[in-house]
Amino acid sequence: MSAIPERVHLKFQVNGEDAPVSFAPYKTLLEVLREDLNLTGTKHGCELGECGACTVLLDGEPVLSCLVLALECGGRRIETIEGLARGAALHPLQAAFADFGGSQCGYCTPGVIMTAKALLDKDLNVSREKIREATAGNLCRCTGYLQITEAIEDAARVLREERK
Amino acid sequence: MLRLPWFEYRAPRSVVEAAKILAGEGPAAMLVAGGTDLLPNMKRRHQTPKVLVSLKGIESLRNANGTLGSGLTLSEILSLKKIPGALRQAAAQVATPHLRNMGTLGGNLCLDTRCTYYNQNYEWRQAIDFCLKKDGNICWVATASKRCVAVSSTDTAPALIALNARVVLQGGSGEREIPVENLYKNDGIDYLSRKPDEILTSVKIPDGWKSCYWKLRRRGSFDFPLLGVAVAIKFSGDVVEEARVALGAAASRPFLVEKASEYLKGKKLTDDVIAEASALIANRAKPMDNTDMDLYWRKEVADDFAGYALRELRGDDMRAIRLRIARYAI
Amino acid sequence: MSKKRFDVVGKPRRRVDGRAKATGHLKFADDLSAPRMLHCKLLRSPHPHALVESIDTAKAEKLPGVHLVLTRKDFPVPFGIMPVSLDEHPLTDHARHVGDPVAAVIAFDEQIAVEALNLIQVTYKKLKTISDPEEALASPEPRIHDYGEQGNIHRNQSYEFGDVDEALANADHVFEDLFFYQGNTHLPMEQQATLAQVEGDGKLLVTSSTQNPHYLHRQLARVLQMNAAKIRVIATPNGGGFGGKCDPANHEMVVAKAAVMLGRPVKICLTREEVFYQHRGRHPVLMKMRTGVTKAGKLTGMHLQTLLDGGGYGSHGPASTFYTGVLTPVTYDLPRFKFEACRTFTNKPACGPKRGHGTPQPRFGQEVQLDKIAEKLKMDPAELRLGMVNKPDSLTANWLKIGTIGLAECINEVVARSNWKTRYRQQPHGRGLGLACSTYMCGAGLPIYWNKLPHSGVQILLDRSGQVTVYCGATELGQGSDDVLATIVAEVLGIETGMIRCVTGDTGTTPVDLGSYSSRVTIMMGNAAMQAAERVRDQLATATGEQLEVIPSGLLFSNGKVFHAESGKSVDFLEAIQFAEQKFGTLGALGSYSPPKPPGKYKGSGVGPSPAYSFSACVVEVEVDTNTGWIHVPKIWIAHDIGRTLNPVLARGQVIGGVYMGLSEALMEEQAFRRLPPKLSSALVHRMPSMLEYKSLTALDMPDVDVALIEDPDPNCPFGAKEVGQGPLLPVMPALANAIFDAVGVRIDEIPVTPDKVLRALDLKSKGLTPRVGPDHFPSVPYPEPVYVATPAEGGDGKESKKHAAAAVV
Repeated sequence: MSAIPERVHLKFQVNGEDAPVSFAPYKTLLEVLREDLNLTGTKHGCELGECGACTVLLDGEPVLSCLVLALECGGRRIETIEGLARGAALHPLQAAFADFGGSQCGYCTPGVIMTAKALLDKDLNVSREKIREATAGNLCRCTGYLQITEAIEDAARVLREERK
Repeated sequence: MLRLPWFEYRAPRSVVEAAKILAGEGPAAMLVAGGTDLLPNMKRRHQTPKVLVSLKGIESLRNANGTLGSGLTLSEILSLKKIPGALRQAAAQVATPHLRNMGTLGGNLCLDTRCTYYNQNYEWRQAIDFCLKKDGNICWVATASKRCVAVSSTDTAPALIALNARVVLQGGSGEREIPVENLYKNDGIDYLSRKPDEILTSVKIPDGWKSCYWKLRRRGSFDFPLLGVAVAIKFSGDVVEEARVALGAAASRPFLVEKASEYLKGKKLTDDVIAEASALIANRAKPMDNTDMDLYWRKEVADDFAGYALRELRGDDMRAIRLRIARYAI
Repeated sequence: MSKKRFDVVGKPRRRVDGRAKATGHLKFADDLSAPRMLHCKLLRSPHPHALVESIDTAKAEKLPGVHLVLTRKDFPVPFGIMPVSLDEHPLTDHARHVGDPVAAVIAFDEQIAVEALNLIQVTYKKLKTISDPEEALASPEPRIHDYGEQGNIHRNQSYEFGDVDEALANADHVFEDLFFYQGNTHLPMEQQATLAQVEGDGKLLVTSSTQNPHYLHRQLARVLQMNAAKIRVIATPNGGGFGGKCDPANHEMVVAKAAVMLGRPVKICLTREEVFYQHRGRHPVLMKMRTGVTKAGKLTGMHLQTLLDGGGYGSHGPASTFYTGVLTPVTYDLPRFKFEACRTFTNKPACGPKRGHGTPQPRFGQEVQLDKIAEKLKMDPAELRLGMVNKPDSLTANWLKIGTIGLAECINEVVARSNWKTRYRQQPHGRGLGLACSTYMCGAGLPIYWNKLPHSGVQILLDRSGQVTVYCGATELGQGSDDVLATIVAEVLGIETGMIRCVTGDTGTTPVDLGSYSSRVTIMMGNAAMQAAERVRDQLATATGEQLEVIPSGLLFSNGKVFHAESGKSVDFLEAIQFAEQKFGTLGALGSYSPPKPPGKYKGSGVGPSPAYSFSACVVEVEVDTNTGWIHVPKIWIAHDIGRTLNPVLARGQVIGGVYMGLSEALMEEQAFRRLPPKLSSALVHRMPSMLEYKSLTALDMPDVDVALIEDPDPNCPFGAKEVGQGPLLPVMPALANAIFDAVGVRIDEIPVTPDKVLRALDLKSKGLTPRVGPDHFPSVPYPEPVYVATPAEGGDGKESKKHAAAAVV
């Protein structure tokens, strides 16, 4: 093998836009997002499905992009942290994480926020326990998780008020 | 960044087509569904299939009426209205929410056996000169052992064995249906009785069992089982008419504990009966020193976990203990 | 200047880097790329101890896509974080542990680089594997390093402050205990990454996830034999550090060298397994503590012996060795103290500094032993501690100067909040509460290499646009150092933190700050920032006073205005800048900070002194299942003497994060190794170098934490603010072990405390044996004759005493 690899060409739908992309076929969605689409907001901590840092939404569900074959993403809806803000304004989750200590070093943050986004998309009256369950696949070494949970609760409150 | 090795990717649209590819490519081809077991293994060079046969595009594997398609994700299984307690409790405790969104029922049933000497990067395994399961010739868990003792780590299999469920396997030469327990062999390397060209297509679960599953692991998520106790009982009033007890993560295969199942028949679940049955169950748990946590302790608490399961089926309120062990309401 | 109420300090605020972190904008090291960038991978030794006899790179070099292969011969000069342990080569020919790098490939992409690694042929000569300190003591040969005290002993030292034999002889009780604290690692979410490139001006730029750009800068200059002025190091925001990114690392040297040789950008990002090999985490420490107590519950003296497993390199080891004892006397009145410590080399990844650096281990032993003392004396453990808390503005037996001390308030706070008095010793079997306390430094009083230069520098530039830019070499790890910097400047200038731009961690543009370690940033950077901000404020005041025709000292800087209360005159901050720029020319100021001179004068007195000490007290609640030993922690109360809270959101986050990491260590984290049967193999491997099997708490395993911040402003600290990044971790482990005792009456004298140990101890208890699990012997260590120093109470002068000088060997 070796030398410069043959590439495949596919069209994803990333953050609401068509994203044509070419990449080496062995790559996972994580690698294509970061290396071929330059969307480095999605992080990686193990590449083995053991930490949750690379979480993105695939057709609305949180998945680990390190274990998704990019070859299988043609035409699918991918949401990353870069697409979350509402134009110039932060999404309530982003604002809450910045305001309430949900983010310290910030490395697990994109994965946690995307996980929380999927959770709140389904249920804005979510309990503290359900938040902990939903984020149990995202390791964080800084916060001790409590301020993450509080930030998600606050974002849910803001989103509920927006809905009124 | 850990990366996948090179592979050729095939996406058949039907089981027949997939079986044909398997037959044609031989051992160089491997099936992939959710990818949560195979892709990490490929990244660590446990498996380097020349051809990856993806089952994602096969619609028939996603049936959720009556029989359960092997291609349903564990999250999808959990969202179904009517699934037996043991399967629900097992599926709900697999890995993490993200991995349950990806991993399939079929994938969990066919999960590669695990061992702390095996589930390591290529370079780590090189440092121990490899092991029996892959590239080496010594089992470091039991150096005298001729057999690989890697541990079966599926949560759903013991639950389905207790439930007397059957799996359907479809290959080039047709379809066959076997009890879930017969899918497994007590060999860490050759752990499935699935033939090379066969695809596990669906699971059939009979009705009428009251069942539960208790999982021992260190943390509230991520961790593979260190012990799985599944019990299914048919009651007549408060008398056990029929019982099936299965253990997971206690050998290279999940298995039925016949002695305990027999013992329980015709009895009421009194404290004494539960204690006796728990001892019979624990007696069959022979863990090896190849997972997380202390070996002797894992052996010692097996009867406690068996007791939890039996008490839960008796109708005891086990929620507080569940919460302390699972760390969330199952 | 007129005194004012705080505008910014103490108010909950969005951290200055919060937005970038929540939007994915923030660039960590591996998020960077550059045109024509190449990728680097390292070939690592599969042997725990071996010499490289030959290395053939020809095939690898010929692989298409490979640009360069480097080996030991390319790196003649060794490096290390401490001048006394310059014992690492970026690529080695003497592998000291599995995972020690011996060669590097720089290639078009990572995939090709990995392929090329497999083509490098190395012939190793295997040496005897040395697995642990006891084996290191028993096997002076083969030496892992050819320096150190003797054989495989790296550091060996002994100090005696006052006559401890006499103190123990005069005690009513002498408690002798053995404790063991298993090693563990930082496990930052971000794997270390570095991008090196030669910039347009021909200078080398190394951008790296490092906590200490300054020390990396110095070591790069050393290894590359380049003029430091031609090297620029930028520390990217770290995706967690916890001490793991303090040491300059092999991979940083390798890509820097490759970028210089190739003239192309070269990047490396470690895999998770490699992060475990880089390690530099918590030392495994075996401890023996002999402590004398009076009937009334006063300490008479302590003899502490420690034995550290250092792993394969020196790292921060000389400091770590000191830290396994020097802070022991800081919490409670300990009139006499003897401290012997020994660090051995073993064939494992090097240990170094992790959050609490060397002090969690003896703190665990000390606080568990105090619990045993309280039990024996039939005293409440909280009362026992309250009766011996050190006095403010006092000197410890080992000559550390304590300033403010809010420890008693901390104890009282957690006792009250946890209902300790009605619950401790009064709950049903299986439920328990445990209490422990701790202290930590607010920055090391001495730098890592000997110099008399400032420890931190800050520069502020202002211009007519209203822009305030603050420059400092300190590094943002997530702890909030940029926010601290902005807070202090904003408070002094009376503006919002959002108006300030922080430029940090760049040796090319920012004044030197020694780095983000030893909880030094708030205090040292903060004092430097305060000085710089006050200098520009004085310029603004002078110019504004002139314009408003008022006395400058009567001006107040608040809410974006400069006003004169007496006359009611005011101007906007922006106008004040313009007045000042008109009067003084381009505006800016520098500030710097050097810590006070420590009172101790004996050799070795440099480790332990700090401008201030923080204090914490913690109560942990547990439920223990007596059939299985299963441990459930429903709640933790913690009070931390922070001096002054700068941003309560961040301060609380640091406390909870410290409690989390402490609890995770207490219950499950282990950097443990597997020695294969020696008859069959020489292998010594990390048991579980993965995120899955190196266990850390998940969101579901984390209890509720009640945080109290105790404010007693310390005059040595900016606005009185002490550290909060490390201290709150320290009391959690002993508090947990003490809670287990309250719940089920067994002692687990080692960390981690796991259900199997609890069950084993319960089994011993049921058999009428001593209900304890922990180490059972302390090996014979050839500690030297102690350096004897008379204590302050005995009228000592802080120097080694003449009485014992002749016998002292340092």
